[in-house]
Amino acid sequence: MAHAFTPGLKVSEKAVIYKERRLPLKGEVVAKVGDKVKADDIVAKTAIPGDVETLNIAGRLGVSPEDVKEFLKVKVGQKIKKDDIIAETNGFFGHFKTVIKSPITGSVENMSEITGQMILRHPPKPIEIDAYIDGYVTGIIENEGVNIKTNGTFVQGIFGIGGETRGKVMKVAKSSDSVITEADITPDCKGKVLIAGAFIDVKTLRKTVSVGAKGIVVGGIDDRDIKEFLGYDIGVAITGSEKKGITLVVTEGFGQMSMAKRTFDILVSHEGEIASINGATQIRAGVLRPEVIIPNFNLKEEDLSSVDSSSGIKIGHNVRIIRAPYFGLIGKVTDLPSELEKIKTEAKVRILEVELNDGRKITLPRANIELIEE
Amino acid sequence: MIKPEELKSIVATDCGSTTTKAILIEKKEEGYRLIVRGEAPTTVEAPFEDVTRGVLNAVTEVEELSNKEILDGENFVKPYRDKNHGIDIYISTSSAGGGLQMMVAGVVKTMTAESAARAALGAGAIVMDTIASNDGKQMHEKIERIRTLRPDMILLSGGIDGGTISHVAELSEIIAAADPKPRFGSTYRLPVIFAGNKDARDIVKNNLEKKTDLFIVDNLRPVLERENLRPARDKIHDLFMEHVMAQAPGYKKLMSWTDVPIMPTPGAVGLLIEKIAKKNGIEVLGVDIGGATTDVFSVFQGIFNRTVSANLGMSYSISNVMASSGINNIMRWIPFHMDEKDVRNRIKNKMIRPTTIPQTIEDLQLEQAIAREALRLALEQHKTMAVSLKGVQQERTISDTFNQTQSGATLVNMETLNMIVGSGGVLSHAPRRVQSAFMMIDAFLPEGFTMLTVDSIFMMPQLGVLSQVHEQAATEVFDKDCLIRLGTCIAPIGNTKKYDSPCVTISYNGNTKEVKYGEMTLFPLGVGEKVEVKVKPEKGFDMGAGKGKEVVREVEGGVVGLIIDARGRRPFTLPEDNKLRVEKLTEWNKVLGTYPEIK
Repeated sequence: MAHAFTPGLKVSEKAVIYKERRLPLKGEVVAKVGDKVKADDIVAKTAIPGDVETLNIAGRLGVSPEDVKEFLKVKVGQKIKKDDIIAETNGFFGHFKTVIKSPITGSVENMSEITGQMILRHPPKPIEIDAYIDGYVTGIIENEGVNIKTNGTFVQGIFGIGGETRGKVMKVAKSSDSVITEADITPDCKGKVLIAGAFIDVKTLRKTVSVGAKGIVVGGIDDRDIKEFLGYDIGVAITGSEKKGITLVVTEGFGQMSMAKRTFDILVSHEGEIASINGATQIRAGVLRPEVIIPNFNLKEEDLSSVDSSSGIKIGHNVRIIRAPYFGLIGKVTDLPSELEKIKTEAKVRILEVELNDGRKITLPRANIELIEE
Repeated sequence: MIKPEELKSIVATDCGSTTTKAILIEKKEEGYRLIVRGEAPTTVEAPFEDVTRGVLNAVTEVEELSNKEILDGENFVKPYRDKNHGIDIYISTSSAGGGLQMMVAGVVKTMTAESAARAALGAGAIVMDTIASNDGKQMHEKIERIRTLRPDMILLSGGIDGGTISHVAELSEIIAAADPKPRFGSTYRLPVIFAGNKDARDIVKNNLEKKTDLFIVDNLRPVLERENLRPARDKIHDLFMEHVMAQAPGYKKLMSWTDVPIMPTPGAVGLLIEKIAKKNGIEVLGVDIGGATTDVFSVFQGIFNRTVSANLGMSYSISNVMASSGINNIMRWIPFHMDEKDVRNRIKNKMIRPTTIPQTIEDLQLEQAIAREALRLALEQHKTMAVSLKGVQQERTISDTFNQTQSGATLVNMETLNMIVGSGGVLSHAPRRVQSAFMMIDAFLPEGFTMLTVDSIFMMPQLGVLSQVHEQAATEVFDKDCLIRLGTCIAPIGNTKKYDSPCVTISYNGNTKEVKYGEMTLFPLGVGEKVEVKVKPEKGFDMGAGKGKEVVREVEGGVVGLIIDARGRRPFTLPEDNKLRVEKLTEWNKVLGTYPEIK
């Protein structure tokens, strides 16, 4: 199990960032290769089929399903407006007619002679995809979307809630290990992406929503507070669609955890610049982590870093410990013994030796560290 | 393909969602044996996007460990020449890419829809949702549901042969209106299997033939009294490979390598469990607890059932175990005080970093507490699906009036159950085997006499597919190399309010011991050792022969021994008082030697 380690989260001051912007269904791409786009610009659009409504025509007319066709005033495929007559009986000398009017504007999808049910469909719903980040269009995915490239700062979090949003970066914590309170959230936070330190509680989180902040980036949060904020326990780790008025990006984990100092320093150095953030997290099948992107067109190509995380772990790499009892500590790999070793639980696992920032040397399972990628 | 009796060397792989495992089985003088095992990360997703890379890597490890030439580039060296060259067949199972995800539909939720769900589950699928004419949802809600879920395949059933057709017609109209699109790619049409009323075939064809890839098989519930799941299950297996997995990266190539069709992993495990139960004439409960899902297999009264709890698992789904069971149910198994906030944060931290492993005894105990709840909930779900057919009229006599069984009652009977087979990381790789035994006892609460076992290295999937080619080879390896017998659990049924009152007296090999209510006891009895035990329960406790009646039975030992669980059943409860609860858990752990002593 040489690969038994968690590929680290990327924290890069100067990175090349690629984003695929894709429609959920095929549609029209409105941007061209080479276009310089702003985050709010629409790059592709489409329409998804409308919802359906069913009408029990046979039941309402009081006739058998196979006889319904005699009373229909519309055809399958025909466009209809609300209150258009769909079917009517002849009545008795023109009186006592049963009339069925369309409850919607849309089209006739299907009429069944077996069940006597008619299916109506609402008009298609338009969907637009914006660029999400300032950048250049580098490629077109035919009928589906575009690829956008930008240079800038890229910070991955470990867990988040809420979807894509944008705002100016604003520092609200004094340091990476401080804990913010409600008093730190002022009306100035409106429309901003806030950079907090080690922890935020539910009261302070609610205050960020009430002042109209767009997002908040923080080292840790208690699961109990997330539950209280969302109103339910997160079961499976698929997030991003929450509509709670703010996007949250947690950089370290659950509990009070100092934000990695480097992450904090990089983010606050961009105070006042526009950040695009997304809390969407998915841990299974195609891992998706929350992110903060701060585009910077002034970066030169030669300054940009690109990390290959597939090379595995090596002596000298900086790592973060991601499990008790050393959770959150950062150090450097000093040894990678190849033999399996028995740890306290008596499990035999592959281990490594890490020198912590305070000089202590500890051994721990390789599975319990992640690379700090720069 | 080579004749089964000439089979000397077999390579089998299981392509899991994270790891591809390869095993080499060869015929030795004493029969078929596992030679070595290799593994490598699965390569279905980027950057490789070709499942065969992982297969080749895992088989290469097998080559190195066995010092045998198996591969020549990307080709398997066949046939077997000598112990250092060649194999006879290559076979594989797969659950990569999220396995097989299906929706099922039927007319009555508790009858044909439930039979359809059983057929899909038995074939190894995850049932994403069940749609029924009487499920209480509006037609447009059903349409929306199909559209948003994007299943790999739909199984449509409904109506007994010769019965009414209008409901089946409506279901097919719903599927047509949803115009469902498959999960992988948009270049092929969604496979739909119709296994309902044969009189409705033309209508279903008319509604679905143009919009989906429609297949028609025999009705899975031709009459109310009988299920006929095999044709639907076989069709699901065929379509799984031909239409679903063939779209996943590298599978076309992998299919061309294997000598028999690739099976969905849980389908193969189910096949093996079914064969083991049949061969030995026993009732078996099998469980595979993974990171994301927990599968439960059972054979009771000769009827096979399988369920998958799609969101109960020990890493990706660990937080959902907490959400489903409630935090208190997890905390009740922790043998020391731990703050609720701390428990919650630790569970969520495991969810977001699913590959980490417990490094301290406390962390291990917390994970094993969660495993107990995941296993308990998975069995609860299994009990609701493994039931006798509903809607069947039963002839009753006066004596039956006092018997509470009815149509739709669960088949799962912990009292008649003979064997539990546990597999999956938390059970197969527990640092001490007794931990696996204890987790399974607490989660499943076996009654009477039950043999506890674990799959040593999780090779049941490969053996399952092998059982289709060579049943003898599969069962020999299963017995000798796969299954680790932990020992027999003896648990009297009944309870009393007072701890330390007499519960049961056990005599064997001239020794007699009285075990009190609320106690656990471990007697040494090694692997392969069999003894006759006399078990005399106290008044109010039952070992299968009636309350207070002695039972004499031969039991088998294992790596743990003979476990006497006198903590009560129906119900089993833990002390409500927190101090007493911790004391009792600590006492049981000490008696069984579950954990190293913490200094």
